[in-house]
Amino acid sequence: MGLSIAVAVGVYGISFGALSVGSGLDVWQTCALSALMFTGGSQFAFIGVVAGQGTGAAAWAAATLLGIRNGVYGMQLKALIRPPGRLIPLMAQLTIDESTATATAQDDHDERVRGFWTAGVGVYVLWNASTLVGALVGNSIGDLSAWGLDGAAVAAFLGLLWPRLHGRDPVAIAVVAALATLLTLPLLPPGIPVLVAAAVTAGWWAWRRRAVVAP
Amino acid sequence: MTLWPWVLGACLAAYLIKLAGYLLPQSLLDRPVFHELAGALTVGLLASLTVMNAVGRGQSIALDSRLLALAAGAVALRLRAPYIVVVIVGGVAAAVGRRLGLP
Repeated sequence: MGLSIAVAVGVYGISFGALSVGSGLDVWQTCALSALMFTGGSQFAFIGVVAGQGTGAAAWAAATLLGIRNGVYGMQLKALIRPPGRLIPLMAQLTIDESTATATAQDDHDERVRGFWTAGVGVYVLWNASTLVGALVGNSIGDLSAWGLDGAAVAAFLGLLWPRLHGRDPVAIAVVAALATLLTLPLLPPGIPVLVAAAVTAGWWAWRRRAVVAP
Repeated sequence: MTLWPWVLGACLAAYLIKLAGYLLPQSLLDRPVFHELAGALTVGLLASLTVMNAVGRGQSIALDSRLLALAAGAVALRLRAPYIVVVIVGGVAAAVGRRLGLP
């Protein structure tokens, strides 16, 4: 199981590196995102907005909104592991989908701690190494659209979205967000339609929630 | 490059959000609302980014070989292909489209 996760992280990192330089970031900026931001979804959001000629501010906002779930993970891990205060700054940086999932899947305390650190450190090393490889490969390819790199980016986002489309609510949210993006793309500056879609998503979610809670 | 401040600013924001989960009072964050909203935002943002990368071109809509990539990626996902295969299939579909003279 560890090996399959490692392979998945490796290829995901290579895709990110190549698509990032394709979107217009340089190799250093690409590596900075993986080393410092270290949360794949937000990194893809950042380069996705830049690729669509959006501003840095819009890229910042999209990446930050997508990172909110990491705050939820931090809270879960704190309750689960009760880490000593001095470790929290380091744990926070390693708090991502994979380390949280590994820790919460274990049954006793020591296993959870070991699971968190093994997955967190392992993914961190692999993710940064594969990002660099992808960025260097992407840099050497040349004309990226002739190689279909923009098409690869579309498939990459669809591949991130797909596993989350279980049940009616996520599908409805995806459709609403997609429509909001499509309608506002010609009207608003690049990058802003993604934020409109986020606002519409939050509004839709609040409305659905009220409809469910109040019979 | 002028992007640097935003790159570093986004990294800082990502870290502060992670840290906030550990440092903010449990009672503030320990509500299902946060889980649900974070989940909904993730789906909405990814759907929006998919559409923008598929048909957006600056401040306009352009229908081109990227639509082939979207369709091919969906077929690959339907067939339960692994992530990297989905990405490559999308790239190949767009490249083939351009070879055939599509925009």
